[in-house]
Amino acid sequence: MYIIDRRRDTHGKSLANRQRFIRRARALVRRAVREATGDRSILDAGRGGEIVVPSDGVREPVFRHSNEGGIRDYILPGNKRFVEGDQIDRPPSGGGGGGAGTDGDGEDDFRFVLSAEEFIDLFLEDLELPDLAKRQVIGEAKDQPRRAGFRSSGPPSALSVPRTMRNSLSRRMALRRPRRSDIDALEKKIHELEAAGGDLDEIQKLKLEIERHRKRALIIPFIDPLDVRYRRHELVPRPVAQAVMFCLMDVSGSMDEHMKDLAKRFFSLLYLFLSRRYTHVDVVFIRHTHEAKEVDEQTFFQSRETGGTVVSTALEEMARIVEERFPEHQWNIYAAQASDGDNVPIDNAKTVALLKSVILPMCQYYAYLEVGSSPEERSSRSPEAPSTLWRAYELLTGPKSNMSMRKVRDRRDIYPVFRQLFEKKPGSIAAGAS
Amino acid sequence: MDRRVDGGLLYKGPEWDFNTLARIHDAIEAIGIGELGLNIYRPRIEVITSEQMLDAYASTGMPLFYRHWSFGKQFARNEALYRKGWQGLAYEIVINSNPCVVYIMEENTATMQALVLAHAAFGHNHFFKNNYAFRQWTDADGILDYLSFAKNYIATCEERYGIGEVERVLDAAHALMTQGIDRYPGKRTVDLRSEERREAERRDYAEKLFNDLWRTVPDKKKGSKRKTDTERRRALLGLPEENILYFLEKTAPRLKPWQREIIRIVRLISQYFYPQRQTKMMNEGCATFVHYEIMTALHERGQIDDGAFMEFLHSHTSVVTQPHFDDPRHRGLNPYALGFAIMQDIQRMCLKPTDEDKIWFPDVAGSGDPINVLKDVWANYRDESCIAQFLSPAVIRNLSLFHVIDDEREDNLVVDAIHNERGYMKVRRSLSKLYDVSRHDPDIQVVDVDLEGERRLEIRHRVINSISLEEADADRVLHHLANLWGYPVHMVEADDQENVFAEHHAEPVQPFM
Repeated sequence: MYIIDRRRDTHGKSLANRQRFIRRARALVRRAVREATGDRSILDAGRGGEIVVPSDGVREPVFRHSNEGGIRDYILPGNKRFVEGDQIDRPPSGGGGGGAGTDGDGEDDFRFVLSAEEFIDLFLEDLELPDLAKRQVIGEAKDQPRRAGFRSSGPPSALSVPRTMRNSLSRRMALRRPRRSDIDALEKKIHELEAAGGDLDEIQKLKLEIERHRKRALIIPFIDPLDVRYRRHELVPRPVAQAVMFCLMDVSGSMDEHMKDLAKRFFSLLYLFLSRRYTHVDVVFIRHTHEAKEVDEQTFFQSRETGGTVVSTALEEMARIVEERFPEHQWNIYAAQASDGDNVPIDNAKTVALLKSVILPMCQYYAYLEVGSSPEERSSRSPEAPSTLWRAYELLTGPKSNMSMRKVRDRRDIYPVFRQLFEKKPGSIAAGAS
Repeated sequence: MDRRVDGGLLYKGPEWDFNTLARIHDAIEAIGIGELGLNIYRPRIEVITSEQMLDAYASTGMPLFYRHWSFGKQFARNEALYRKGWQGLAYEIVINSNPCVVYIMEENTATMQALVLAHAAFGHNHFFKNNYAFRQWTDADGILDYLSFAKNYIATCEERYGIGEVERVLDAAHALMTQGIDRYPGKRTVDLRSEERREAERRDYAEKLFNDLWRTVPDKKKGSKRKTDTERRRALLGLPEENILYFLEKTAPRLKPWQREIIRIVRLISQYFYPQRQTKMMNEGCATFVHYEIMTALHERGQIDDGAFMEFLHSHTSVVTQPHFDDPRHRGLNPYALGFAIMQDIQRMCLKPTDEDKIWFPDVAGSGDPINVLKDVWANYRDESCIAQFLSPAVIRNLSLFHVIDDEREDNLVVDAIHNERGYMKVRRSLSKLYDVSRHDPDIQVVDVDLEGERRLEIRHRVINSISLEEADADRVLHHLANLWGYPVHMVEADDQENVFAEHHAEPVQPFM
């Protein structure tokens, strides 16, 4: 009897199979992932979780008997009142509940759990950050391991077999360790001599020779602890791409909860996306009414302020923070602005000027999201004219611009709009309402 | 190493370490081999985590297996069920190999480890080594090496021909896995070389007997002559052939050698698992009986305390529970319950026979040597024959088994037999049939190949009791089959009276070549 402790063995032995399965069902899984995100809060999207895939796409067909028709036998346990010849009403479907003969193979939809990693990968598949190449900004350094020669001690996983064998070979050659083939050759010679009835002394000599060889082979091991080499790794500081994401939001009285919810979802998506692309992502929340303030996440989404709406204040605040904390040459800067489109008319010119001269040049990408009231509410009003802000911003967007804008009214639209904004495109981002 | 703790107890409380395991194993071995006289492969006990257990599930319990998405699907499904708490994990997995690999979970308590070792490392192990079905069809010494070969071979193919191509072959072969089994031993294959020799002998013979007068005798009818052609062709191709994978491997015209080898791998693995399907009930019955005997003996000797024994009884009884048919938990007959009941009943008959037993089982009743009778049963029967032979009236009564017939043409189900004098035989016979794997799997055979025309492959499903195949799946499998064969495939579903139930046809869409 042996007892072997396998608990430390590599886990995830079926990881390769799992990846194959997900690849196989990719289209189905992708659809399921996107549907699933509709149901749950977007913040949770990053956590992975259960999805349901229609079983059809990953079916493994076999020849099997159909579940209907024919003459079937069942042996059932637990008879209490039946006697021979009794009639039983046919149960609605599937016969008598399965004796030993049937095991309903009918597959339901297939449910399984995706890891957070897999989930986001599929969720953000085919999206890319615009202008990533324009500025490969280099940020602070982080230590990362790098191969650096060999060493004589280390964990088994770092064992370098080629290097070990090379040492072993050279040592064996240097110490003249007899090879297997030498001994075999000698043995063959003895056999030949014996068969030919050769000189006994000669045979005796050869036998001694073999004995000597064997002893030597025993003394000089094939692999000596001296030979063993492990790969050595060194931690080398390497610059990491980092990004900062500015969330700008109008929190004046005209923004209702529904609008804020839309904005929140959009920001969360953007955050998720950025954190996939950059090792390090900072988020700055700026809310504004007629004045702007940097706040924490909680306050950003929850508290409500009264006052007018002056968008330029938020942009000024953003410019100030960038100046102070996020030097342009070290950070990739992204900004997303959510608003219901209100702005004090006299501020429009200033806002546009600010964006054009200060904000857009320093940003990698600037997304403007105009959130509207929910469709039910809106239907009672007259069809909307474009908002003041929208009209002002329209001047800035264009094929060459790194700014784009979209309108969103309903939760369902968030993800499609997000995809539109970041879809992989051969050209640049087109502007305009969705 | 000190293998004793105070008072003869093997362990105390739920904790265990590797010394405890060794002690438990030795104590069980003393009973299992010393007293019950079990004949086992040397066990190799491997302690694994729950995550590794999920891994093992995904590859049908084998320690290594080739890669395929369906195992990933299996894994994903089990994992989802397990994480939600809808499904517990097995306490052990045992592999029919030499040495006999037994996986046990680290979460198990000491008592559970004892139970698991008795159940798997001794019960199942004995069954694997001695049962004729396993001896005839599986090679316990070679299986791990073969799986390793299969895994490497398929990985090499993936490298050379691409994962997608290999996956397609595997998909198709998996679809026909249950049609890749030789159900009867010693089938003689027609050898083409001897066929040539025999053809020459026949010609010589004809020449010797040549007489020009025969020419004047009127010809045979054309029809009957063609029939002999058909018969000859069938004989050459070894038809009818129910092992479709074997047939494809040997005769499919367009397959590449590596594709044939993959089909062969799937076929041989399917064959390896065939005895397990044939003996599920007995195998569990044997293992459950053995663990029950061993644990009881350990308790009687004071090697485990009352608490541990109660814990054992708790899990034992939940394993052998048989919910009644009207119970929401009812999922058909529980193989553990039925197997254990039959084994215990044989023991009872040997020791304390009733008059009824003496009539029904004159050879066994009162023999006074239950363990040897059981060993004979374990060695020489499979589920179907074991039930046909050893399901006693007492077991039928205890489980209140009754037989129901569901005939599509009638309005109601009919109770055909119950647990009374007139019913015992009927119940036994029908239950035995239900456990017959070759009846459970559809009977599908290659009957002919149209060699002169479009090389169409003719398949026949022999319909029994008017139960035809599930149509959508059958069509999908036929597609795979057509791709493997490379030419159209035609399947007829008909019963022995030539009533045709359905016909299917499939063209090769993406033939392998």
